Amino acid sequence: MSRYLYYPGCSMDGSGRAYGESLNGVCEKLGLTMSEIDDWNCCGATEYVGVSLSPAYALIARNLALAANAKKDGEPLVAACSACYLNLAKADAYMKERPLLNERVNVALGAGDLHYEPGSVEIRHLLEVIMNDVGLDQVKSMVVKPLAGLRVAPYLGCMLPRPDPDHRWKNHERPEELDRLLEALGADVVDFPLKTECCGGHMTQIAPKVGLELIKRLVDEAEHHGADMMVTVCPMCQINIDAYQGEMNALFHTKHKMPIVFFTQLMGIAFGLDEKKMGFGRELTDARKALRKIGQQPEVAVEAAPAHRQRPDKRALPMPTMPKDADPVREALASEVNQ
Amino acid sequence: MVVAQVQPPEMADTTRFLEEVSARTAGVSRLEMCIQCGTCGGSCPSADDMDHTPRMLFAMIRAGMKDEALRSNTPWMCVSCYHCVVRCPQGVHIADVMYTLKGMAEDAKSYRDKTPPHFASVFVGQVETFGRSWELGLTARHYLRHFILRLPRMTPMAIGLFMRGRIGIMPNRIHQRKQLHAILSKAEELEKVS
Ligand code: SF4
Ligand code: SF4
Repeated sequence: MSRYLYYPGCSMDGSGRAYGESLNGVCEKLGLTMSEIDDWNCCGATEYVGVSLSPAYALIARNLALAANAKKDGEPLVAACSACYLNLAKADAYMKERPLLNERVNVALGAGDLHYEPGSVEIRHLLEVIMNDVGLDQVKSMVVKPLAGLRVAPYLGCMLPRPDPDHRWKNHERPEELDRLLEALGADVVDFPLKTECCGGHMTQIAPKVGLELIKRLVDEAEHHGADMMVTVCPMCQINIDAYQGEMNALFHTKHKMPIVFFTQLMGIAFGLDEKKMGFGRELTDARKALRKIGQQPEVAVEAAPAHRQRPDKRALPMPTMPKDADPVREALASEVNQ
Repeated sequence: MVVAQVQPPEMADTTRFLEEVSARTAGVSRLEMCIQCGTCGGSCPSADDMDHTPRMLFAMIRAGMKDEALRSNTPWMCVSCYHCVVRCPQGVHIADVMYTLKGMAEDAKSYRDKTPPHFASVFVGQVETFGRSWELGLTARHYLRHFILRLPRMTPMAIGLFMRGRIGIMPNRIHQRKQLHAILSKAEELEKVS
């Protein structure tokens, strides 16, 4: 039994309820005890920081202070919403980086008899905990219903792999972790090129055309790769792609019906947990029909996606590269010169 | 894209705006390190909808073009995808600077579209009152104010979400609301001093 402190965030018992439900079931199976920090508050999402700096960070830091007080034995604080995770991790990192911010936040916390020492709580995201603390071998050993026949597009969105204040991700633009996890569950995993592109964030609320266009790119691409569903790690990504797909279809005259579910929901299914208890049926774009494909032979062979060309260096900028293999023009030129 | 036509300001004003922006940014902004390479704009999914690419905006900040920078829609179009941030060769905290500029534009009331600042202020108001966000209250108020025409399509979506147990009719509240208010007012007080 490993114990973790848990910060659910506001959407876990609201719009992201299927995430909360499946997470509980899956963590229990995996022997991860998630103890919710008492009386946590909203992390401010992507709104508060754009209004006023010190209050925004004091708001986040109240949660960190509560977590530090609840900590018994170095347990990390886990969030499953990418935006919550990033806010918590950023507050900790920036309080370290900028003493003035640290001072102000702590003076403010002091008005509520709280204090937070940056660095005193380790902040992590659920996916990374499952990958690193549980490990794929254990996940594999618990699969009783492999997801064979289900074609999934892994979709991480932005805020988990980037900006990565704690340097936990090897690749910020095309991380493979979620792909490996879904493969371990037996699913047929699409090499989804837009896996860390934006879901539109709050744009669906403030500049709908911009938001819906971003959603369309993702759904088009998932469809193009023959995915039965997209799989996400973030409640904001989920609601944007799930709930706004209707408005997107109306705007662009398309007829997409691409379900998007949380990775924990599929883990639950593979572990033999009940479909309804894993939150299936809560999505607006029905995913249950696609679940029936599990264990079936795929009806039509899907064209393989073009192989991804690796950049020369993971940290390099996207510069044009010369083809390494035979180039007839160059060879012809070279032989002319040699003659 | 908008090409600004202005007289260069005095030197002292120039650095003052850069310093102001950096002071209001969460981490160390590193704005003065920008080498104008343009990687940020080239990586940005919203660049097409922006008045200025992030690179241009940062040049404007360094040139002290405060009014123009605060009127630009660029920060409001930033979706915080952090593509530019992981690619910037100089480690500029681009997305955080965008947040700073939003806050400054709100204070100066120098935005053209009221929708984003209204959304942010309703959200923040809820969080300050309840300690938690409340999606139904937020979206209902926001759509009535700004997107009446989207309501016919939003209503079935809201009903769908409600039927699936994904919308709370009443806001959730934290217990220690007094403590939270004390913390936030103190923080606001400190923010104003700077
Ligand atoms: S990528 Fe960085 S250094 Fe290059 S223009 Fe943008 S902010 Fe400046
Ligand atoms: S973080 Fe903002 S500015 Fe940077 S690439 Fe994303 S949308 Fe563009």
